[in-house]
Amino acid sequence: MDVLNALVALSNFVIIPAAAYGAQLALGALGVTLIYGILRFSNFAHGDTMAFGTALVILVTWGLQALGISLGPLPVALLALPIGIALCSVFVLGTDRAVYRFYRRKRSEPIILVMASVGVMFIMNGLTRLVIGVDEIRFDDGARFLVTVQQFKAWTGLTEGLALRVSQVLTLVITALACWALFRFLNRSRAGKAMRAYSDNEDLALLSGIDPERIVRLTWIIATALAVTAGTLYGLDKSFKAFNYFQILLPIFAASIVGGLGNPLGAVAGGFIVAFSEVAVTYPWKKVAGYLGIQSDGLLQLLSTEYKFAVSFVILIVVLLFRPTGLFRGKSV
Amino acid sequence: MSNTRQADATSRWRALIVFAAIVVLFLLEGTTRNALFSGSWNTALAILNMGLISAVMALGVNMQWGYAGLFNAGVVGFLALGALGPVLVSTAPVQGAWAAGGPRVILALVVGFGTLVLAAQVWKRAGRGWRIPALIATLVVGFVAYRWLFDPAVMAIEANNSASAGNIGGFGLPVLLSWPVGALLAAGAAWGVGKVALGLRSDYLAIATLGIGEIIVAVMRNEEWLARGVKNMSGIPRPVPYELDLQNDPGFVAKAAAWGLDAATASGIWVKLLYAGLFGVVLLVLILLAELALKSPWGRMMRAIRDNETAASAMGKNVTGRHLQIFIIGSAVIGLAGAMMVTLDGLVSPGGFNPLRYTFLIWVMVIVGGSGNNWGAVLGAILVWFLWIKAEVWGPALMHLITAPLPEGGLRSQLLGGAPHMRFIAMGLVLLLVLRFAPRGLVPEK
Amino acid sequence: MSYLSATDMRGGYGKADILQGCTLTVDKGQIAVIVGPNGAGKSTAMKAVFGMLGLREGAVTLGGEDITKLTPQERVRKGMGFVPQTHNIFPTMTVEENLEMGAFIREDDYRDTLAQVYDLFPAVADKRAQRAGELSGGQRQQVAVGRALMTKPSLLMLDEPTAGVSPIVMDELFDRIIEVARTGISILMVEQNARQALEIADIGYVLVQGANRYTDTGKALMADPEVRRTFLGG
Repeated sequence: MDVLNALVALSNFVIIPAAAYGAQLALGALGVTLIYGILRFSNFAHGDTMAFGTALVILVTWGLQALGISLGPLPVALLALPIGIALCSVFVLGTDRAVYRFYRRKRSEPIILVMASVGVMFIMNGLTRLVIGVDEIRFDDGARFLVTVQQFKAWTGLTEGLALRVSQVLTLVITALACWALFRFLNRSRAGKAMRAYSDNEDLALLSGIDPERIVRLTWIIATALAVTAGTLYGLDKSFKAFNYFQILLPIFAASIVGGLGNPLGAVAGGFIVAFSEVAVTYPWKKVAGYLGIQSDGLLQLLSTEYKFAVSFVILIVVLLFRPTGLFRGKSV
Repeated sequence: MSNTRQADATSRWRALIVFAAIVVLFLLEGTTRNALFSGSWNTALAILNMGLISAVMALGVNMQWGYAGLFNAGVVGFLALGALGPVLVSTAPVQGAWAAGGPRVILALVVGFGTLVLAAQVWKRAGRGWRIPALIATLVVGFVAYRWLFDPAVMAIEANNSASAGNIGGFGLPVLLSWPVGALLAAGAAWGVGKVALGLRSDYLAIATLGIGEIIVAVMRNEEWLARGVKNMSGIPRPVPYELDLQNDPGFVAKAAAWGLDAATASGIWVKLLYAGLFGVVLLVLILLAELALKSPWGRMMRAIRDNETAASAMGKNVTGRHLQIFIIGSAVIGLAGAMMVTLDGLVSPGGFNPLRYTFLIWVMVIVGGSGNNWGAVLGAILVWFLWIKAEVWGPALMHLITAPLPEGGLRSQLLGGAPHMRFIAMGLVLLLVLRFAPRGLVPEK
Repeated sequence: MSYLSATDMRGGYGKADILQGCTLTVDKGQIAVIVGPNGAGKSTAMKAVFGMLGLREGAVTLGGEDITKLTPQERVRKGMGFVPQTHNIFPTMTVEENLEMGAFIREDDYRDTLAQVYDLFPAVADKRAQRAGELSGGQRQQVAVGRALMTKPSLLMLDEPTAGVSPIVMDELFDRIIEVARTGISILMVEQNARQALEIADIGYVLVQGANRYTDTGKALMADPEVRRTFLGG
């Protein structure tokens, strides 16, 4: 039995990566859930909004790097992020004006809005390919590690090492800040409360003098900011590849449904639930088990990593079967 | 009454116009050689064949969306399952694969499926307090048994002649026989998804199908014992002669010469014409069946449910049950198209199963053509497919024209390099424009 | 001229008019009650007063100003408060947030109004931090009325405020409504519980088929044998 080394291995391969991934999913799911709460449809273009926004961030990053700007140990992308958010928000507000507003005024069925979001998805996907191509791009600069495996081993004297990447720490810090700011905004500010009121009871919100178009604009901007932040963090943590952002749509939808569509707190919890399940199910537990005195010939991996999306899917199905409104009670089924 | 007759007439008119436009486009593609068209009948027929298959897919999606308003975002998955049909039924058996682990894999799959069934029974029958522990115990035991059976068998099969095979192999039966099998496989998956996601909010089905689509594609990519995964599965037999055989047949060469064609071109055209005939027959039979079904009491009930779900369920119609039926039938048609597609290609290449191409492009076809109208979906499919293929050529040509005034260098080469991606934007725009300004499509429902 | 006067209203949702010449007037501090059989257009008449229904004919004035062409939101700014029959609260928001949303259009300090509403409804004051959706039916109605009061309306309109609450709660709610009227706010309400409502009414309107059938003080209507027999069940 070597509990300490087991714990370190667990942290290194499961807890830290899953926490970072969970934070990225949480930010994405927050956007989906806010759009669902206010505009009342599942936005299929959300993954491509992340991709498009991140592509913009990368372009700005390259521009800044060309100007010789550096943030020392931190990636320059952090500086580019607000600019990317602003540019992407302008585009998304444009899609609302040109596409969604029409159906909103007509009070169309949600599924028509979903269909329209597929059209927007195509356009954003094409634009992303046009501006940045389909290849894998790494755009992290600055320091890569906060703690390397060697440093950790030297400090602690343990056989098992632990690495802490800058991108992981950044992800967690920025997500914590974003959530804090978002929940403060929703619970304290006049505009945030108006958003919640609109999501709760649209007609009564109108009677109270809340301007729906303003609420909708605000929602798009916040959702876009969260999506671009999530996309950039995901890209810094792994790498940027346009298609991966389409695939991440499924875990994001799963996270927001698990948490209850329309419920922001649920979306955050859902993101971490999905991420931890995904990593735990696809991680080969042989090493950790070995430290705990259980020897095994197999890898002790429940599911190969290629099937990580199956985990989101199973969680989604289980929730749909047993609790269609989500664990945290979202909007009606 | 006069109203419907009028709508009927406009619909027929429009269908004729769209059909004429398609004919003209294909004639131009076959005969004219310029910046826009290739002037090759081989190319034109190749586009037509895939267009006909797309039409079958569109027919399936149209059943789900047009008849019942169900959003299937996992078309690519049902297509991939259909593609499995020819692989398992018609490819040549692999020497030693079955002996290596065939029965064991089957047993593993039976155990896996049995575990799920048993778990469902446990959940239904067990007492309140025992439910969850019993369920978990069933699932854990079942999973361990499944993996214990499955893993070694798969390893053995994949180790068997892994360079050129490594898969379980087929039965070597005629390929046409495998098409209904592909449809059945897709129908089975549709039953599972539909059972869970139907009857909930409409977007939940979309999200669940998106998930099942991704998973099926992942299975196709990774389960090498099944269809060699990303190593691709070639050698799927053909229902029509091979070009090389035709070129070596003196009779055929003589006939081609009589038409003034060289043997290579003629053989290509002849094979493609045979395929087109085959696909055309399948398509027409499907349309006939679909139209008959739509005019039957069953079809009228379907449309009544779609137009007013609440009223229909208040009248005692089992809405979810009907939806499940139509979802399964539509998915089976999509599966059939998948089997047809790999037969045409002679190859299964899971790397190419892209949701944008095989799910959402099909959606564009249905919406553009006219959801709810079978002819509309079919014509829309062929038209959109033609434009999709040609946009790959037209996009860069247009971009050359637009960027001509720009100086040589970074931006221009970037834009030129990205030009083939313009068609995604074009398709998105087409979808949005049709949805907004002609929501009933080019050929509206009668 | 009365403070609110909606005269000769005609209109409906589709082609057929539901309102066929209906007139409603309320003076300052008066309680006006609309009663009548099902389908008489009671709620429709109130919605027309509030601008949720386009009028083909007729005019609505508030404090002498013609507001016929204004949207409901603009009428709120002119001093109308409206409590819908259902879906009249924000269920996942706290009681206090519900009231704040009521005051959304106010730019000034509304803390004293908040205090007044809490004084009026001490039961919900105790639950100000609780989600409104978790309250009992009667308390929800109090929150709904309180929300409408937050704009300091000069006319408060209530669409069947006592639908689905117990008789005790109903009496309590009527008491509160009388208190509100004493502060000078005019009240216009639609009621199914016609007897109890007419008891507190300064003026009662009996609508039949979208038109006024009887108009008198609440007491007089209660005393009228014809009204009693036809509309109050003996």
